[in-house]
Amino acid sequence: MTTPLLSIRDLTVAFGANAATNGISFDIAPGETVALVGESGSGKSVTALSVLKLLPTTAALSGQILFKGQDLVTAPPAELRAVRGNDISMIFQEPMSSLNPVHTIERQIGEVLAVHRGLRASAARKRTLELLDAVGIPDPASRLGAYPHQLSGGQRQRVMIAMALANEPDLLIADEPTTALDVTVQAQILTLLKDLQSRLGMAMLFITHDLGIVKRVADRVCIMTKGEIVETGPVETIFANPQHAYTKHLLAAEPSGAPPPSDPAAPAIVDVANLKVWFPVRRGLLRRTVGHIKAVDGVDLSIRRGETLGVVGESGSGKSTLGYALLRLLPSDGRIVVLGNEIQSRSWKAMRPLRKDMQIVFQDPFGSLSPRLSVDAIIGEGLAVHATQIGAAERDARVVKALQEVGLAPETRFRYPHEFSGGQRQRIAIARAMVLEPKFVVLDEPTSALDVSIQAQVIDLLRDIQQRHGLTYMFISHDLKVVRALANQLIVMRDGRVVEQGAAADIFAAPQSDYTRALLAAAFAEPMLPGKPETV
Amino acid sequence: MQQEAAIGASRRPMLSPLNRRRLDNFRRNRRGYWSLWIFLVLFLAALGSEFIANDRPIIASYKGELLFPAFVNYPEAKFGGFLATTNYRDDFIASEIDANGWMVWPPVHFSYNTVDRYQPGSGATPPTWLLTRDEACDRYPLQAADPGCNWGNAHWLGTDGEAHDVLARLLYGVRISILFGFTLTILSSVIGLVAGAVQGYFGGWVDLVFQRVIEIWTSVPALYLLLIVSSVIAPSFWVLLGILLLFSWVSLVGIVRAEFLRGRNFEYIAAARALGVSNITIMFRHLLPNAMVATLTFMPFILSGSVVTLTSLDLLGLGLEVGTPSLGDLLYQGKENLQAPWLGLTGFFAIAVLMTLLVFIGEAVRDAFDPRKAMG
Repeated sequence: MTTPLLSIRDLTVAFGANAATNGISFDIAPGETVALVGESGSGKSVTALSVLKLLPTTAALSGQILFKGQDLVTAPPAELRAVRGNDISMIFQEPMSSLNPVHTIERQIGEVLAVHRGLRASAARKRTLELLDAVGIPDPASRLGAYPHQLSGGQRQRVMIAMALANEPDLLIADEPTTALDVTVQAQILTLLKDLQSRLGMAMLFITHDLGIVKRVADRVCIMTKGEIVETGPVETIFANPQHAYTKHLLAAEPSGAPPPSDPAAPAIVDVANLKVWFPVRRGLLRRTVGHIKAVDGVDLSIRRGETLGVVGESGSGKSTLGYALLRLLPSDGRIVVLGNEIQSRSWKAMRPLRKDMQIVFQDPFGSLSPRLSVDAIIGEGLAVHATQIGAAERDARVVKALQEVGLAPETRFRYPHEFSGGQRQRIAIARAMVLEPKFVVLDEPTSALDVSIQAQVIDLLRDIQQRHGLTYMFISHDLKVVRALANQLIVMRDGRVVEQGAAADIFAAPQSDYTRALLAAAFAEPMLPGKPETV
Repeated sequence: MQQEAAIGASRRPMLSPLNRRRLDNFRRNRRGYWSLWIFLVLFLAALGSEFIANDRPIIASYKGELLFPAFVNYPEAKFGGFLATTNYRDDFIASEIDANGWMVWPPVHFSYNTVDRYQPGSGATPPTWLLTRDEACDRYPLQAADPGCNWGNAHWLGTDGEAHDVLARLLYGVRISILFGFTLTILSSVIGLVAGAVQGYFGGWVDLVFQRVIEIWTSVPALYLLLIVSSVIAPSFWVLLGILLLFSWVSLVGIVRAEFLRGRNFEYIAAARALGVSNITIMFRHLLPNAMVATLTFMPFILSGSVVTLTSLDLLGLGLEVGTPSLGDLLYQGKENLQAPWLGLTGFFAIAVLMTLLVFIGEAVRDAFDPRKAMG
């Protein structure tokens, strides 16, 4: 084995009395890609930041970080600055906030070149153009004067990569570089990174929670949990033959299972014809409507009792807007029939008795629960509106039952949301919808904000509740793996229009449109490394 | 069944954990915490002014009958006189009651409007403890030997130009200032909250129109309006409160509106709407708690502002009716009687202490509600 480029020995990072990482060690050889995998709070990002000593001053570091034989833990700040951005560079998760919004692209890339290479003016501009071309920005010359907000998420991440590569570093640290991006863009960025890596021969430390990405980009993988590396080894070995219990748990946590079979004779619960949500674009002094943003543009759909309709699409495709409009939380045009009631023409007040039967679970379990109400107040709120005749004792009993149904201890109902974890909060949000015993539930990305292993639990829970009560779901998600585990029917949306519609099994087996094929390819893609064996 | 009993046994705590942490934060700010206690003691003392400074005894026994002169008006005929109200400070009545029973006096035998017939000298007279006994008792019938020349009849802070006891006027004045301040603060907060909530929650045209109306409204000069009104009618407590309220409610609208604008896009508001919860319930249960932090933070400062406003209006002679005891009136007396520094000094120290206490409490409340400290 060659001498490692980066060698971490017994690294412990502590914030006060809490150790974020606990004596971790691993090596990265030149040109190698090592993935650091773990769920949120496992200490993987802290490890990445500690390599460049970018942690806040409250963090206490001990151990060794040897880069080309130099210990970065004890290195003086001047030497560290020479390493940062030159020998080791870093890309972050959120491309919007890691670029400075008030500087142009040219200036931001030029700064890196000026600091480490002393390149100025025309030389810097030439190099910037080369870099932008290398990361696949079309027509780079016209993009030099662009500000970050004028670029798409994928383009911003490409600019970040260009900045990171400006000085041809030996090691690139990528901290969840694709998490904030859509699947198809994700695939492009990963391809770009692999391509650049093989061309420049740099090593990469890739931090992610997504095992699919690990399979595609990494040579070796370190599994982290609770600040410790529990297992490390070549990707194929770990995936084929995991040793540690946590690794097995993580691998098994991929959403699995099939939706309950649907009954083709069941009546339609929801019927939507030509649904449109257009937001007017107003210009000028008189605010005349000059056009519309067509968030949802002529969607027809129908969901039978006991079925799950999966709605997939990338961000901005109008899938969440569709869900909101269906529940009349947004004004829309077109026919909406829910449980035999035409609801489009109803006033807000006339909608109220129907709301008991149509509920929604939101994406963000941290934002969808009022931080100032206790759990029993949150769950009991709907009962106060719809079951006014029941007394306090009966209401309490129903809250207890709802909590038991979602697998939470009823004794916790006087606590407040901040005392629960993300997964538990999502269970509370589900209990809030289910306590009313609805017949139709819109699930708006209920698993996106959760860790993989929790995701699988929530999916199992949702499927379980559906079977027990014969519920009808509309499941909105960008994650095709999750949708496959739940949906009978599927619609694929893009730019507010339905691209493809039909039975989920058929679409997954034989997609008809190019867009669906691209989505599926990005989500279920096989490894791209040459010479790597096929993984299951 | 046993399990159900266990479920029922876990009771809802009195205070939510967040509020408990805020209370702890407030307690940890020693300065603010002590200021609150001192303020409460002063406020309680001022509320019970009648028991501290009064020209009537609190309880008296006359011919075997128990009387409460501080609360009940007994005609003088009861004690052998002929006036409609009894002057208990009068030597004749006092000796009559003492001969047939007893009286319990408050520590200071003067009310805010009692004129001391025996005050040593004319105009504003200095505090009794600055005078010798002969000087202090100069005007009593028996002079230094007079039993009336005792500590109960002493002027601890001197008298003003109208022979009123300054300590009595200070007590009653502080009471009226704080009560006025509290009433104005609470009323303007309620109106400001409602106006801000409606604007922020409904947004759009409601917001736009309201905002413009407020802009026009705030450009009306409040002081001129007060001048005009006070030249037409003698402003009573409630009239003055009404006029000041017309302009003071605006101060909270901005923050509350901003909190509601921010809050109405939260997902838990969408969740409540999806449950069919009515607008008013959403505003009260989900959005108001967010806005309350800003409101409670501002309240002590609005309170001190209200006290200062009333004081300055009284000083200018635009405030409460003539003869009402108030801090502003005390300052006015001090200005009129420059040879009597105890008037101005009393007024100055009273306002300075009151303002300092309120600002310290306000700071502690603000820090207690600071999310960076309360959440951490």
